[in-house]
Amino acid sequence: MKRSPRIPREPEPAKSDKAVSDIERRDFLKIGLAITGVFAGGTLLSAVSVVDEVFASREELAESYPYKPHYSMVIRQDNCIDCERCVEACARTNDVPEYGYRTRILQHVSEESEGRTVEFIPVLCNQCNNPACVRACPTKATYKDKTNGIVMMDQSKCIGCKTCMSACPCNDRYFNEETMAVDKCNFCYDTRLSKGETLTACAEACPAGVRIFGDLSDPQSEVYKRVHDLEAAVWVQRPETGTKPNIFYTTG
Amino acid sequence: MADNVSTETAKAPFLLTAWEGVYDGIRNRAYLFTLIAMALLVVAGVAAGMHARSVGTMHAYGVTREVPWGILISTYVFFVVTSTGLCLVSSIGHVFGVKDYAPIAKRSVFLAVATIISGFFVIFFEIENPLRMAIYNVISPNLTSNIWWMGTLYGAYMMFMAIEFTLLVQRRYRLATLLGFLGVVSGVAAHSNLGAVFGMLDGREFWYGPFMPIYFITSAMMSGAAAIILFTWLAYKVNGEQMDSGMKRALEVTTKVGILLIAVILFFTTWKFIIGFAGGEAKVMALRSLLTGPYAFNFWVLEILVGMVIPLVLFLKSRGTNLGMMALASGLMVFGIFFMRYDLVVVGQIVPVYYELEVKEYTGLLSYTPSFHEIMVVLGGIGLTGFLFLLGEKVFGGHKSEAH
Repeated sequence: MKRSPRIPREPEPAKSDKAVSDIERRDFLKIGLAITGVFAGGTLLSAVSVVDEVFASREELAESYPYKPHYSMVIRQDNCIDCERCVEACARTNDVPEYGYRTRILQHVSEESEGRTVEFIPVLCNQCNNPACVRACPTKATYKDKTNGIVMMDQSKCIGCKTCMSACPCNDRYFNEETMAVDKCNFCYDTRLSKGETLTACAEACPAGVRIFGDLSDPQSEVYKRVHDLEAAVWVQRPETGTKPNIFYTTG
Repeated sequence: MADNVSTETAKAPFLLTAWEGVYDGIRNRAYLFTLIAMALLVVAGVAAGMHARSVGTMHAYGVTREVPWGILISTYVFFVVTSTGLCLVSSIGHVFGVKDYAPIAKRSVFLAVATIISGFFVIFFEIENPLRMAIYNVISPNLTSNIWWMGTLYGAYMMFMAIEFTLLVQRRYRLATLLGFLGVVSGVAAHSNLGAVFGMLDGREFWYGPFMPIYFITSAMMSGAAAIILFTWLAYKVNGEQMDSGMKRALEVTTKVGILLIAVILFFTTWKFIIGFAGGEAKVMALRSLLTGPYAFNFWVLEILVGMVIPLVLFLKSRGTNLGMMALASGLMVFGIFFMRYDLVVVGQIVPVYYELEVKEYTGLLSYTPSFHEIMVVLGGIGLTGFLFLLGEKVFGGHKSEAH
């Protein structure tokens, strides 16, 4: 996993932050595709740059894209102190059994680094725009929510073949023996968002402001501003697999 | 099936001859003992599978979050590969009309059905919710899913092959040829989809790419040749009969298919490694685990030596006429190929997906060891094939049939 290099300022004038029509928004998305392709060599992946890969056809795209709200999370990785309150809050909120996890914190140790030698890397389902798990599921038990882009599980349809677990390039799924279905992060959709809460349990529990949760399609949101800040280094997990994650990592 | 109607009158004599055959068989103590042993394996497999289901597969099976597919998946692959191979190799005779291959047709079609049933037996205990599968595969199909296509096409394949066998028994050869053709088409489609189940997972470098569907079909034919020779030889031992010249000729040409396909798979394997070493770190790690790592014994001894090189030499030395040598070669092949499937499935998952992130949680290869329960289910599947084979020989009178 390499971070993208510092990204030069965008040469094209940025679109205004005002509400734009669907057509204008899609035009912007196409520009977004060009920008990320040119400057980041594919490392920086705009969540909104996968027109051809996410949908079967452009017709489908016209009807259902972009997601509104387009839920996304930016992780300010260097702020994480590994207190694991996010992991606990997640387990409590979503009935995650002890043998499983929807989110966890990995540790990267580099002895030769100056100053800090340990980095903590929170990981959770990337809610990919081109999710390998959704393509692989035989019964549509896991699916991309057409409204908000969350990769959902319909537990009652899960046959337990575990193909989604093999397909996920980030190991973000586990088999839950209580529900007899594969379980995964859904941004607390059933437990919080659908009940009017605006944050996921992990984002709310984080004392260090690591997990910024919000609507990527809203130019006023912090996730939008951070992902579209071409001066900041932004990266995702396993970009080479082409799944177009919606969990972005940054510093500062 | 409309075909059954016209044969209603023939039903009673068939049952009679079938019973006579079985009765003759069980008077032989060795046959009876083996048949019961196979049945007990099936019972033990069912018991282990049911127990695993009741206590939770997480406790009973060796699979984990990181390595979710284990020996039950690889054994399923082993059985369906064998089934597809039996269908494809024997179809040269009973579908495409090459007369030399005709004598092996009936037994091969029967065994193709027996092995696919064994595959389904094993996968039944691997899938967590078979009932949900039966319902939602039908009412909520995902057409981009290889698992869906594979399951559905194999269902159709099993039906076609079972009908074809019925027609062969009834000597309705013209219609049997049509069903055999449908079996070939659905078998190839199903089996290449099984390859694509692995090949389309772009998060798993060891599997990803167009190689898998092609490799699966080719290695199916290799397995099929081995299975035909082994089971035909065994059948003549079981029935205490001498092969006629037609059957000998059929095994001779099947041996040629075996030689060709071993050569092709050795060629494929060589290039898979050479090309793989030009790939990313994760892929190289997986390949190294086979060449020099924890799977080196499986790879060099079981896959390469036992599964391919020794059988190739034996096949060549046998000149297609030394039946004992050919039987030994094909037996070694079937044994080695079992581990070929195991390595294919397990090694694809042992490199952690986060390996290149260099986190302390995932510094080396993951491990997987089959549990007692898993091994018992596998033995149950093997027992089921053995049981059906032995029973089939007596019920269907040694699968004798004229060329069609």
